[in-house]
Amino acid sequence: MKILFHYLIFPGFLFASCMGLIAGWVDRKVTARVQWRKGPPWYQNFVDIIKLLGKETILPEGAKNTFLFAPFLGLLSVVLVATILGLSIRFPLESFVGDLIVVLYLLTMPAIALIVGAASSRNPLASIGVSREMKLVLGYELPFILAVIAIIIKSKGVIQIGAIINHQINFGSNIFLPSGWVSPAGVLAFVVAIFCMQAKLGLVPFDMSEAEQEIMGGTLIEYSGLPLAMFKLTKALLLYTLPLFMIILFLGKDLSPAMLIGKYVLLLVIVVLIRNTNPRLRIDQALRFFWGPMTFLAGAAVILAILGL
Amino acid sequence: MNLRFKALTKSIWVFHAACSPCNNCDIEILDLLTPRFDVERLGMILAGSIRHADALLVTGVPNYKTKERLKKLYSQAPKPCVVVAVGSCACGRVMFKDSYNSPCPVDEVVPVDVYIPGCPPKPEAMIAGVAKLIKKLKGK
Repeated sequence: MKILFHYLIFPGFLFASCMGLIAGWVDRKVTARVQWRKGPPWYQNFVDIIKLLGKETILPEGAKNTFLFAPFLGLLSVVLVATILGLSIRFPLESFVGDLIVVLYLLTMPAIALIVGAASSRNPLASIGVSREMKLVLGYELPFILAVIAIIIKSKGVIQIGAIINHQINFGSNIFLPSGWVSPAGVLAFVVAIFCMQAKLGLVPFDMSEAEQEIMGGTLIEYSGLPLAMFKLTKALLLYTLPLFMIILFLGKDLSPAMLIGKYVLLLVIVVLIRNTNPRLRIDQALRFFWGPMTFLAGAAVILAILGL
Repeated sequence: MNLRFKALTKSIWVFHAACSPCNNCDIEILDLLTPRFDVERLGMILAGSIRHADALLVTGVPNYKTKERLKKLYSQAPKPCVVVAVGSCACGRVMFKDSYNSPCPVDEVVPVDVYIPGCPPKPEAMIAGVAKLIKKLKGK
């Protein structure tokens, strides 16, 4: 019963999706202000979801069952991540060993859901989107996991989110050294993780898998109604979950509500500014970016972390 | 009026179907997204795919080829979907009425909900048309 409450209501589905939709509104509003427009009202993303729920769901001819299951797969796994992270922040000592690895796996699920769903829609443009999404996943997972490994090494080899938070409460945030100076390993890993977060969110320099101008929505092209609403909700949940994960990994010293909101807004602003100041990359450029400089920086972060910097 | 139409009026995603127009209407439609008019205030965005669309924005006079495409587009759109005819051509074919390659006006191909005349209509006129559309949906 308590588990169900946690999963569906408080740190889980309801709370996280409300936060995510509001964060999505902040994103749209700031984008509008950057472009000198007024932007939509605060309830816009909620209305969008409700509207999509009321629309007809079209099943393309010859689509497999996975076309309808995939959106729920992505949504359920992100909700699980939101629950695990929310509970670890509230009760750091009650998390289980290895939940960091579970979270890393579950954070890949939305991309896989998108790939599975779009690939079963039998649309040629969707399959272009799928191939791009797949390459992007291959691209960003390597530096992202290296950055997380740097953090694991910095927190004395624990793979438990609660223990990482505890370590930071005792010895200061991971982007700082215990002595108070900026830690080069932490900062390098943080920079890499921010770019990987942008790619995981599928926001503008890395949104080539659903480029609306060239491949008309790409992976989402055949989705309408309820499954599209599920994908939009998954995106919103990711916008809440990923910055939270970054905060836990890198800025976990003071997790009181006010500081948590401040750090979250800081990360959201970084995401929105990257989104608004960059054009879309081609998939080969993105792959080169992640396997080149980002992997190099993340590797350097791991080596520096082993050296104790 | 139920929640479904209420939400629809607050977030109309538009798919832009160009049926061989002269591009003047299309340029004016793009003006709607610019800072001066900014229809995202009303929750309207241009959708990339017809499957995401709530409104089909038709410009131009359909010819024999685009007529079939338009019919197909409308059948691919998830309902409820409204159709807006933008420009005098889409409203009533004006000077292309007797042209050899214009079989019929838009409203004989798909059911049109709102007509926005003008050559091209001003962005203000389009926003007025949107207001009429919302009023019509609320009356439904």
